[in-house]
Amino acid sequence: MARQLSIFAENKPGRIEKITRLLSQEGINIRAITISSANGFGVIKILASEPQKAFEVLRNHNFPVYLQEVIAVVMNDEPGGLHRVARALAENQINIEDAYGFVIKSGEKAVLVIQVENQPQAHNILERNGFQLLTDEEIYQL
Amino acid sequence: MYWEKQLETIPREELSLLQAERLKKTIANAQRTSFYRRLFSHNKIDPEKIKSPEDLKFIPPTTKVDLREGFPFGFLAVPLEEAVRLHSSSGTTGTPTVIYYTASDLDRWTNQVARSMYAVGMRKNDVFQNMMSYGLFTGGLGMHYGAERLGALTIPIGAGNSKRQIWFLKFFKSTAIHIIPSYALLLAQLIKAEDLDPRQDFNIRIMLLGAEPHSEETRRRIEEIYGAKAYNSYGLSEVNGPGVAFECVFQEGMHLWEDYYILEILNPQTLSPTPPGEVGEIVLTTIYRDATPLIRYRTGDLASLLEEPCPCGRTHRRISRIQGRTDDMFIFRGVNIFPMQIEKVLMSNPEVGNNYRIILEREDYRDKMIVEVEIKPELFLGDLQKLARLRERIQSELHSEILVTPEVILVEPGSIPAPEGKVQRVIDHRQL
Repeated sequence: MARQLSIFAENKPGRIEKITRLLSQEGINIRAITISSANGFGVIKILASEPQKAFEVLRNHNFPVYLQEVIAVVMNDEPGGLHRVARALAENQINIEDAYGFVIKSGEKAVLVIQVENQPQAHNILERNGFQLLTDEEIYQL
Repeated sequence: MYWEKQLETIPREELSLLQAERLKKTIANAQRTSFYRRLFSHNKIDPEKIKSPEDLKFIPPTTKVDLREGFPFGFLAVPLEEAVRLHSSSGTTGTPTVIYYTASDLDRWTNQVARSMYAVGMRKNDVFQNMMSYGLFTGGLGMHYGAERLGALTIPIGAGNSKRQIWFLKFFKSTAIHIIPSYALLLAQLIKAEDLDPRQDFNIRIMLLGAEPHSEETRRRIEEIYGAKAYNSYGLSEVNGPGVAFECVFQEGMHLWEDYYILEILNPQTLSPTPPGEVGEIVLTTIYRDATPLIRYRTGDLASLLEEPCPCGRTHRRISRIQGRTDDMFIFRGVNIFPMQIEKVLMSNPEVGNNYRIILEREDYRDKMIVEVEIKPELFLGDLQKLARLRERIQSELHSEILVTPEVILVEPGSIPAPEGKVQRVIDHRQL
């Protein structure tokens, strides 16, 4: 399984700047980032090349940061690519709690990152349906 | 122009004699309380030797902490069946303070309020709209009974519900109102929003401002908006409630009713009297109250003494506006709040870190309280929804503790400057 960083941050200028600066200083590459916010604060989710190292860097700088397992599934970058993943999950009554995607190579490959309640179950279903799931190392090598 | 001419204009020497006589009775009465019995014996004070206000200096002052520790009956000087009412400070986490009243205590308190109202020109033909909360808080009931004693038509509408307040002001043409100054400013905005003019469409001529310190400038602004005279008042729940001190029509300082209280203004550090005109802590001894006598009660309120005689002819000395507090208590929308009450709520949530900050702002005449709360990194599990729920939970817990709902903001650890030396938890940006 892949792991993503979730970072609590106040909704104010300079927060993303600081997080990305700390990661870049350590040579950590960011594959994807999403931000959701509510009532003046937000949670920033980052898929980084070295999640454990990134986690330690941010924690050492006092960021409330959490390392959690997610499912990173490879899709074809073409119409219906995302739909095939969503259908496999829906047919098995799996609810997607959070998701974001990014393209690896335009017109060829994209990655969908999803969070569900029962990660192992979703993992098995996707593998059974022939999807390629990425580990931390594989994301690192992208 | 006096409710009780003889008592209000009593020559100072006679007042001293009256005070001495009532003080002796109070000291005797206080020995029926477990708190003062112990205080006198611990400090080897011979109660027989306390004969005049000058002798009070031999008795250590009583504090709010003493009152809390004396909860529930440590300060009760009469059999409980003689008490007919109690008032209590708010606060569900800390021990509250409680004051009992006999029927004569209520009668005397009511008389003080009626006397105060009469001094600012209220009469029996007034229609009095009491916009303060009723209940354990003394502000509502205290003024209510005073107004009835005066014979005014009293509308016990209570606090809040601005639409209804405006309707009553319009329909019954209330001539006198009792209102928190910050609410008076807010209500004016709401009145204008209904296309009404507070000067033209209402008939208010007297406003009794209470429960919240405010400046002379704020008073003038309120008078201008409503086209009425606004009078400052002083009181605290431990010492009856409203009506302890009140302005007269000259609006220069509040006459403290010295036939009911012995007034001292002391340096809060040394506890020695401050020279007239200099700010110190108001310390009060109740000399005409049976159920809960308080001797040298430290109010925590800062003010100065105005010694010069008042043109109104009353001989009771005046105190200035309240200049601040000796402790960290603050008043928000008329509610007394100690930062400790907020701290207790915050610290009962494990997700919350050790640092917090309370910010008070006034925006468009509306007072706003912001509580910044640091979250604990270890307990953050990456979930925005959980944080949103935590925030709502803290807000509702704070509401049940302090009776107002602050805006809670979750902040990163380390973003609130760590307290150095004297902790400054409250940042007050309001222009009082």
